[in-house]
Amino acid sequence: MRMNRVLKGVAVTSALALALTACGGSGNGGGGTAADAVVTAHNTEPQNGLIPTSTNEVGGGRVVDLLYQGLYSYDANGGLQEELAESVESEDNVTWTVKIKPGATFSDGTPVTAKSFVDAWNYGADSDNAQNSSYFFETIKGYAESNDDGADELSGLTVVDETTFTVELMGPESDFPQRLGYSAYMPLPEVAFEDMQAFGQAPVTNGPYILAEDGWKHEVEIVLVPNEDYEGPRKPANDGITFTIYDNFDSAYNDLLSDNLDVLGEMPPSVLGNYEDDLEGRNANKAYAGNATLVIPNYVEEFQGEAGQLRRQAISMAIDRQQIIDQIFMGTKEVAKEFTAPVIDGYSEDLEGSEVLEFNPEKAKELWDEADAISPWPEDKVLTYTSNTDGAGNKEYIEAITNQLRTNLGIKAELDAKATFKEMRNVVGEDGLKGVSRAGWQADYPSLYNFLGPLYGTGAGSNDGRYSSEEFDAKLKEGLEAKSIEDASAKFNEAQEILFQDLPVLPLWYQAAQAGWSNNVDNVELGWDGKPLYHQITKG
Amino acid sequence: MVPVFFGATLLVYFLVFATGDPIAALSGGKPMSDAVEASLRAQYNLDQPFWVQYGLYLKNLITFDLGTTFSGQAVNDVIARAMPVTARLALMALVFEAVFGVIFGVFAGLRKGGIFDSTVLVLSLVVISVPTFVLGFVFQFVFGVKFAWTTPTVGSQAGWSDLVLPAIVLGLVSLAYVIRLSRTSIAENLSADYVRTASAKGLTRTRVVVVHVMRNSLIPVVTFLGADLGMLMGGAIVTEGVFNVPGIGSVLFDAIKKGESPTVVAVVSVMVLVFVVANLFVDLLYALLDPRIRYA
Repeated sequence: MRMNRVLKGVAVTSALALALTACGGSGNGGGGTAADAVVTAHNTEPQNGLIPTSTNEVGGGRVVDLLYQGLYSYDANGGLQEELAESVESEDNVTWTVKIKPGATFSDGTPVTAKSFVDAWNYGADSDNAQNSSYFFETIKGYAESNDDGADELSGLTVVDETTFTVELMGPESDFPQRLGYSAYMPLPEVAFEDMQAFGQAPVTNGPYILAEDGWKHEVEIVLVPNEDYEGPRKPANDGITFTIYDNFDSAYNDLLSDNLDVLGEMPPSVLGNYEDDLEGRNANKAYAGNATLVIPNYVEEFQGEAGQLRRQAISMAIDRQQIIDQIFMGTKEVAKEFTAPVIDGYSEDLEGSEVLEFNPEKAKELWDEADAISPWPEDKVLTYTSNTDGAGNKEYIEAITNQLRTNLGIKAELDAKATFKEMRNVVGEDGLKGVSRAGWQADYPSLYNFLGPLYGTGAGSNDGRYSSEEFDAKLKEGLEAKSIEDASAKFNEAQEILFQDLPVLPLWYQAAQAGWSNNVDNVELGWDGKPLYHQITKG
Repeated sequence: MVPVFFGATLLVYFLVFATGDPIAALSGGKPMSDAVEASLRAQYNLDQPFWVQYGLYLKNLITFDLGTTFSGQAVNDVIARAMPVTARLALMALVFEAVFGVIFGVFAGLRKGGIFDSTVLVLSLVVISVPTFVLGFVFQFVFGVKFAWTTPTVGSQAGWSDLVLPAIVLGLVSLAYVIRLSRTSIAENLSADYVRTASAKGLTRTRVVVVHVMRNSLIPVVTFLGADLGMLMGGAIVTEGVFNVPGIGSVLFDAIKKGESPTVVAVVSVMVLVFVVANLFVDLLYALLDPRIRYA
């Protein structure tokens, strides 16, 4: 009798248990019978819908880049390759005429026209739509109005005919075409504007891949299939990409080790020391369009005038960049040779004056003493190196640099730690630096100008050291007015040579991306922005 | 249950609200114009005072609309997809810890102070003292990468067989507690008067242990297991992260990172419900195990 009651209890328990889980037992629909050449790749969950102008983080960017076809795309070295652009031309670098190739369609069959671009850009710029990448349109005429007065359209954009539109900018920009490969400049089909939120969940696109039906399973995976109608340089070499969403990189790395994942585009910090051994012959470490610099502000007295000039050079030569890269970053950076980055069209590693970046402690000490002869370094002055310490590795590398400065120059130098990035920016923003500070730049699009204008132009937004040089500004302007990208690059590199004389900042190293892949795939290459070029990966 | 529910949602909503502004995270650290920021705030009602935000949330909740995530999907769908996976994982862990916990506990309790008892004691202390994520990564590396008995992470299907390793890791810490609990309780009850009486009546040792001792000793264990079901769902955040299980834990973790209050509150509300139901269930089981407990 009593036994029976216990049995009944067990029965009830198991019945309830079954009911609880029954709803989840099935669900073996999509991935099971996938074709062999579908590449699985690590990703993080996109933060926004898959709309080009609202996506500005890596997780969404990896997907959006493959879904859409714009006017241009970038090859592995940051060079432009034509997608839909027939021509992008201008007489004065202010008004640009864009002609697109006829005949391209979105996956719902509607044609890609000049209007598809203009509508998408207008949508992206209008602040009412709250698009993260809206600042990419700020040099187009009418941007201010579309932000303040509620205007829906940029007055600088005009549709001429089915395949032509014009863009009027606020000022000359020789590198305007170079911007156009960035995802913010992609076209959108008409259906998108009916309900943008729903569109972002299941976009109708024109890129090398399209989203599979019900392809975005949130926090689980994003399934992309090749777009049969795509014509362009990024024709898929595989049968599709399935992005698996991970919460942490270490798990993804273990999957990679056992060939359960094909491509991991970012290494967890914990394996930086050993991934090259673990993944012998199937890893890459490549510089991308970002760098780290040491800012020497113009307003600090000891760094002004002739003595200041000598001190800037002395500090540069007293830093052994390679040693820090090897010891602090396990070799995952590349020594800087100029002020931009090596994956940019027009990059040159032997600019005049670049020898100042080479490690030479004897010469450094000599220069420092020479400066002291002109105007002595105050006896008890400590050279402070201001940096936020919430970013990975900042504290470690700056302590290493100050240590080298102490040894090689015989001065006092130390880290001036700020707890958060915001706190550091406040000090920099109000010209409050007493010594030098940390800075870094990540390009939005692969152009030399993007590394120079916003950082060293007089009065520019990110000009931390308040550098100002008429000569340099004039060279930049010449570059922006140049008739071709080659001419412009030449001018921008001349501008860099001026920087090498003045040294407003000391370039330290280029950022690099680390990637690994399984034994099942080949032809993995990293692009200018450190993302793998997924379309060219082959499997099997 | 109603006050528990309102209290929990209000508290959680307030905590998420207090941890700060999700706008900074949304912009991805890039510059954002004031106009864009203002319209983003309006879109997610972030420009409203707290009570208005909470009121709007409750209004939607009553109509079973849990809101949308920042990426634009219905929270209802997110939970409907993730919940069964987590339920399956938690249930497997629960069965694992209940079965092995009681078996080991009983044997250790019957031979108190013996070799088996001491070994189990040491092992369970080790398991209790090592954090779950360490256990998770060690198991993942050993069984997933080195021996390749299973894949290191769970696939998008997350079927029963995929979840064996994560369930073991998830249940391991509780397993140790169940062993300690049933061992102590068995050892204690063995010296109770009614056991002596039963033996004096001439019952076999097996019958005494299985029917009398075990039944009485399991009451604290069942209480623990009931409360543990809720813990397993919450503790799944770590395990799900390590094994990339597409369950409620990873949804919650991601939502907390982004400051996505509708998702966080909805998930926590569901967990509160699970807790409440599990406890109710435990109360009912008491009656079966101990005839002295009766409900009016």
